[in-house]
Amino acid sequence: MNVYAPILVLLALGAAFAIFSVTLTSFTGPKRYNRAKRDAYECGIDPTPQPVGGGHFPVKYYLTAMLFIVFDIEIVFLYPWAVAFDKLALFGLIEMLIFIGTVLVVYAYVWRRRGLEWE
Amino acid sequence: MSGVLSASVVADTFTLPTIDYGALAPVLIVAAAAVIGVLVEAFAPRGARRPLQLVLVFGSLIAAFVAVVMHAGIRQLDGGGAVAIDGPGLVLQGAVLLISIVGAMLMAERMVDPAGDAFAARASTLPGSEDERQFSSRGFLQTEIWPLMLFAVTGMLLFPIANDLLLLFVALEVMSLPLYLLVGMARRRRLLSQEAALKYFILGSFSSAFFLFGSALLYGYSGSIKFGKIAEAIAGNPGQNMLILVGVGMVAVGLLFKIGAAPFHQWTPDVYQGAPTPVTAFMAAAVKVAAFGAILRVFYVIFGGLRWDWQPMLWVIAILTMLIGAIVAVTQTDVKRMLAYSSIAQAGFILLGVIAANPAGLRGAIFYLVAYAFTTLGTFAVVTLVRDSTGEATHLSKWAGLAKTSPLTATVFAIFLLSLAGIPLTSGFIGKFAVFTAAIEAGAMPLVIVALFASLIAAFVYGRVIVLMFFADPPADPPAVVVPSAFTTLAIAISVAVTVVLGIIPQPFLTLLEQAGVFIR
Repeated sequence: MNVYAPILVLLALGAAFAIFSVTLTSFTGPKRYNRAKRDAYECGIDPTPQPVGGGHFPVKYYLTAMLFIVFDIEIVFLYPWAVAFDKLALFGLIEMLIFIGTVLVVYAYVWRRRGLEWE
Repeated sequence: MSGVLSASVVADTFTLPTIDYGALAPVLIVAAAAVIGVLVEAFAPRGARRPLQLVLVFGSLIAAFVAVVMHAGIRQLDGGGAVAIDGPGLVLQGAVLLISIVGAMLMAERMVDPAGDAFAARASTLPGSEDERQFSSRGFLQTEIWPLMLFAVTGMLLFPIANDLLLLFVALEVMSLPLYLLVGMARRRRLLSQEAALKYFILGSFSSAFFLFGSALLYGYSGSIKFGKIAEAIAGNPGQNMLILVGVGMVAVGLLFKIGAAPFHQWTPDVYQGAPTPVTAFMAAAVKVAAFGAILRVFYVIFGGLRWDWQPMLWVIAILTMLIGAIVAVTQTDVKRMLAYSSIAQAGFILLGVIAANPAGLRGAIFYLVAYAFTTLGTFAVVTLVRDSTGEATHLSKWAGLAKTSPLTATVFAIFLLSLAGIPLTSGFIGKFAVFTAAIEAGAMPLVIVALFASLIAAFVYGRVIVLMFFADPPADPPAVVVPSAFTTLAIAISVAVTVVLGIIPQPFLTLLEQAGVFIR
């Protein structure tokens, strides 16, 4: 259990800091609300409009984000393979090709279903 | 410094895992069919997709089942100990495949809903919008459901044979993610369906996080993710340790969520009600089999030595699950919600087999699972047939006097309900008998008494529906019982056959389970 003591201390410190700063700012910070401040936060751009009673639910950002994650994770899995490339030998190469092949299938699907076109 | 040291130790002991692809054939066949299914979605013309997907789904599921049957008798660790192929694992895989075949039949049904099948023409359209109306009026069918289903089956096939914590987690996610999507794709009552999908997804992710955290603690305790190694570490260190106990608890939360055991059952009624009924049937049956397979393996193989620590925990959970499921089912007025609560109660009964922690308990639990799965497939299949102008007539008041308009449907539904209640000559009775005797053998008499009490309450619930169907007067606007295509008819026929045959001549299946033996360690 001793090995975990530093982690627990760090956890406690982190929690204490978060609670301390949130409480402090809620007492000391000035509160001047305007329309922009009350809007949902979307990276500084105007919140995407949602037409009432019809129209597409805008999922463009979501699609881009999903695609990014798919290929990002693919690269993440390539790293450990690249590090142990010599030890994994032919076995690793074939397994990795199969893995990249399945991600390619995803890519083909997204491409054919026009997921790569913005409009 | 220590990091460098351990890195060199790892480098010295590194051995390539050997994978016997033949032994993994069932999983690989289904996974490959799912990937080909995605390619079909990408390149095949719209009209050709459904027939191609159906050939892929049924072809791969049947081929995988043949592969499982051919593997009978294999007992080995594979993939460097990550996969355990043994008797119980193979039986569970075979059960998952048969259930999936019947489930796929229900999903393929196109005759009961005049608008098409049970799935939204395009799930991304806003419910009630012009786009949605256009897509459904043009008669589009959603065919992505088929690859999604096959991916889910891939996860379910890996789940009961996974022999290390990481693979178990991957299997859990491969099984769950497609199901979250399938739940949100109902053609009718779209908002309810989407709400169910979101609830299932958020709560499911939460339980996965619990599972992962627990796995990390078990790894921290034993230094390995392999089930066998963790069991050795536990056997080597008698006495209690917070790390291992918290780890066991958190892994258990993740797995118990999937079977809908109380207090992790809250998602079950909403999801079972909101999901398209064929998907409800498929997941209520197959997920339970796969997840209970994993629970049985984890508690028998890893935590066998800690029996005295986890048994009290599971006692509480089993009692809560049985009583909450049975008692809350009494108050339900929607047939899908009632069946959801009944499935919670059934999970509690099956937990008795896990708690027994002996070979008889293992056999009883697997028997019960198979019996329950086919009965459940049948009940939800019947639910898809009773319809009015808005879709399925799920309110129980609409089911009054069903025997007068459609005696055959009412009789079939009554057979399933009697099996769920555990009446002799049905599979449910043999299942209950098997787990109860195993639990008594393990000295869990008080638990069996609670289980009998819960069975009584549940029997009242099922009996009430039977009385309603046969002796009550039909409502002013009775629902119509539609005539389905061969798909649903065959699915219901198989379910009835399994329910009755396992109830009257259970011995062949019990013998098979006895030959299957216990989990490999």
